[in-house]
Amino acid sequence: MQLIDCPWCGPREELEFHYGGQAHVSYPPDPQALTDEQWGHFVFFRDNPKGPFPERWVHGAGCRRWFNAVRDTRTHEFLAVYPIGAARPGVPGGDA
Amino acid sequence: MNRVDGYGRIDRSRTLRFTFDGTVYTGHPGDTLASALLAHGVRVVGSSIKLGRPRGITAAWNDDATGLVQIEEPFPEPMLLASTVELTDGLVAGGVNGQGRLATVADTARYDRRHTHCDTLVVGAGPAGLLAARTAARRGERVVLVDDRREAGGSLAPTDRIDGRAAHRFVADVVAELAGYTDVLHLQRTTAFGHYDDGFVLALQRRTDHLGSDAPGHLSRQRVHRIRARRTVVAAGAHERPVAFADNDRPGIMLASAGREYLLRYGVLVGREVAVFTTDDAAYAAAADLAGAGARVTLFDARTTTPAHWTRACTDTGVTVRAGTVVTGTEAGPDGAVTAVRTGPAPGGDPAGGTTTPCDTLLVSGGWTPAAHLFSHIRGTLVFDDALGAFRPGGAVAGTEVIGAANGTLDLAGCLAEGAGAQAPSVAPEPERVPTLVTWWTPGDPARQFVDLARDATVADITRALDAGMRSVEHVKRYTTIGTAHDQGRTSGMIAAGITAELLGRSAGDLGTTTFRPPYVPVAFGALAGRERGDLFDPVRTTAVHPWHVAHGAVFEDVGQWKRPRYFPRPGEDMDTAVLRECAAARRDVAIMDGSTLGKIDVQGPDAGEFLDRVYTNMMSSLRVGRVRYGVMCGNDGMVGDDGTVLRLAEDHYLLTTTTGGAATVLGHLEDWLQTEWPHLRVHLTSVTEHWAVFPVVGPRSRELLRQVFPDLDASNDAFGFMSWQDTALDGVPVRLARISFSGELAYEVNVDSRYGLALWERLVAAGAHLGITPYGTETMHVLRAEKGFPIIGQDTDGTVTPHDLGMSWVVSAKKDDFVGKRSFARPENNDPQRKHLVGLLPTDAATRLPEGAQIVEFAADGTLPPPPVPMLGHITSSYLSAELDRPFALALVKGGRARIGEVVHVPHEGSLVAAEITGHVLVDPEGARRDG
Ligand SMILES: [Zn+2]
Repeated sequence: MQLIDCPWCGPREELEFHYGGQAHVSYPPDPQALTDEQWGHFVFFRDNPKGPFPERWVHGAGCRRWFNAVRDTRTHEFLAVYPIGAARPGVPGGDA
Repeated sequence: MNRVDGYGRIDRSRTLRFTFDGTVYTGHPGDTLASALLAHGVRVVGSSIKLGRPRGITAAWNDDATGLVQIEEPFPEPMLLASTVELTDGLVAGGVNGQGRLATVADTARYDRRHTHCDTLVVGAGPAGLLAARTAARRGERVVLVDDRREAGGSLAPTDRIDGRAAHRFVADVVAELAGYTDVLHLQRTTAFGHYDDGFVLALQRRTDHLGSDAPGHLSRQRVHRIRARRTVVAAGAHERPVAFADNDRPGIMLASAGREYLLRYGVLVGREVAVFTTDDAAYAAAADLAGAGARVTLFDARTTTPAHWTRACTDTGVTVRAGTVVTGTEAGPDGAVTAVRTGPAPGGDPAGGTTTPCDTLLVSGGWTPAAHLFSHIRGTLVFDDALGAFRPGGAVAGTEVIGAANGTLDLAGCLAEGAGAQAPSVAPEPERVPTLVTWWTPGDPARQFVDLARDATVADITRALDAGMRSVEHVKRYTTIGTAHDQGRTSGMIAAGITAELLGRSAGDLGTTTFRPPYVPVAFGALAGRERGDLFDPVRTTAVHPWHVAHGAVFEDVGQWKRPRYFPRPGEDMDTAVLRECAAARRDVAIMDGSTLGKIDVQGPDAGEFLDRVYTNMMSSLRVGRVRYGVMCGNDGMVGDDGTVLRLAEDHYLLTTTTGGAATVLGHLEDWLQTEWPHLRVHLTSVTEHWAVFPVVGPRSRELLRQVFPDLDASNDAFGFMSWQDTALDGVPVRLARISFSGELAYEVNVDSRYGLALWERLVAAGAHLGITPYGTETMHVLRAEKGFPIIGQDTDGTVTPHDLGMSWVVSAKKDDFVGKRSFARPENNDPQRKHLVGLLPTDAATRLPEGAQIVEFAADGTLPPPPVPMLGHITSSYLSAELDRPFALALVKGGRARIGEVVHVPHEGSLVAAEITGHVLVDPEGARRDG
């Protein structure tokens, strides 16, 4: 069981957290202006890279705050955690 | 008796009595069941799983592949190893023939768990591990040291010396030093069985097993330690490996180190006529020790060059040493135990080596395999070491070190140095070694050469796997089942990989090894469950009124973690009868239900209205204070996620209700949007589910009851209209009433602080007695709402259903620029007329209750069932008996359902096809005439 470094609480057990999918997929400013295909991509399409991947996580059994993290999908290692709204940080060995 | 005076660490001053296979034997504290059996010359303990061949004890600890026993007393347990069961007085056991047998009575022992954090965790209290723990403790670290044996010291022999004194004295000194540190936790009888990410290790402590029937009841029998370590040092030692030769599975054949251990630890001389077959140096010590204790020993060394020091030590004690010779087979007596070994020349050895030597015991050593399991669990890479003939840790895993024999370091000085670095104590230099002659198997009949004795799997089985096209060790393992028994291939895994590689003409390192996975040893489910069983398996949530429900005979159902009354049967009533009575009361008089489990979220802040407009499909900012609105939440995909009511309590204050099961999910959904997309909105969310007790009071006479109980209330329809709320009080306790109806009847939701919930419930029930007030449960609630076509989210929907599919286009605002899900409603897929719609379904025989989940099929134009594949139109989502309609009815999701109203479809049910007519989804009071009473 991994430790996840909550930006507010520090390292806590993995089972206190929930995964929220790919990070930096913002809600479109005007969904009605999108084509069906563009909207479909926003709703249903996500990246699935092998390697560093920016993700949304929430500390559901702790402070209940959402945050972003870069995690290596090959090793599950968390390479960085950072607040919602901040730019994705560069990570060692990452392709950011 | 095979007990030898002057040997062993058992307490001979006390005698323990135990029963094995019906015979009473004796042993001593410090014995294992295996050592006590061997002391009595019991060599056959059971028979093998596939071939029924006799099986004995092949090792002195958890590397035994065969010595399985069934414990009967003190508590029935199947398939334990005799070599790891500590002997207790009154123990009753028997050998396992084939498979073990689970207990048929409940285990009353306690199991628990403990969480521990430390700087350094050391696994293994042999010389390397002890010193690693001491080094960390001296640095002032928080240290945990676990070791699976009864006492520390690993495989040190009494004759070993460390730092100028007997090894056991040295061990005792280190243990005593560790005991002096407050931040050191030293646990014996504790097996680290799993190693996971970020320094997380699970260890099983056997706390009272060794006390047998004397175990105090208040102590947990076993404890799982959940250890989080900054640094983990694996000093788990090494396992001696066997060599495969014909009939190598006979009782009386065991690992050389085990023969030595039975003598040195338990004072048991396992044989009088002992043959030793070795390919390395370590078995010489076993040969010399057993000979010194009185056995006649012949040692066969596959190597043509034998180690000078050890050969001299052996011949000095009368051991016959024969170099260049391998064991090729064995002979057995009537009981199946070994009576002789057949030997032959090793490659390059003495061609005249072929002979037969009588013996009652054969000790085997094929070298040592590092116990690198805990390193492999966390994806540590293992590399093949040609000198060892085994895989050992290679590469690095952050936070984990492997030292001592687990690292392939087999000499004592090396182990001490890896544990203590420059602080390592001195030891006498080891005699010069002759390299191990890595030998997986010897010439002979492959069908009789056992690789995994626990699985009756032979060299011939490996050949068969290769003939079938298997090429990887993982595939060979699964094809042959080698390494899948209780020991997970502890002794067989390496030789299976070696034989496979050799048969394929590849190097063992090139072929690789199977992956070790937790658990390292079998762990009882009871230990893993700990205290989370029975009532503590999962939290149980009950409402304030729960004691009343229990006292009034409610039949409960689980809704999430909540216990909810499903119905309140009167004497002699079954569920159908009770529910029909409850439904009739709600539609004709007055009925009351405990709805306290409804999820409730308090929403406050200047932007609360704006926020709710974005997450509900309809408009909430326009709701007037004092009013209530039904709302639906969708996901971005436009599918219904949850529904409930919204009360506007003040300009900047709303109270939402959610489904009982959806409360946590809805709160999470709202927090997600608020924190990640709209952090600028000034809104606070608070779960208040437990704060409020909520009782729907339902039926045409509900107003009468409310007037009676709350005299200050103007309950007229003009003053207190549908979908509005009012505050009142009872005896100074604030009560909130809301005109909300989930049944179509005149109804009120009575809300009160949970602390007053039971009292208010009792007041309402008492006051309603003359009106025939009837408590009802979730089943009646479901029927009443289904008669009105109100969906239950999660029952009539499944994440593919839109508000429009439910016939609730009215709940989707056309005025709002945007809300979650809106854009999806414009997609062509969402406007397909063939989408499944929620409709009513009336079986035309007016008698059959169709099962929920049943498929709905379409007949061909000629009115017959078409050939497969039969067109599927949808499925039944809800189905009940209706008191009001006096017939069964159902709700269903049906393709293009609203356009099919009036059509007859068919539902397969109990072998026949039941005709049912599609109707609108509102079956009772479609014009809504009843809601105002
Ligand atoms: Zn947190």
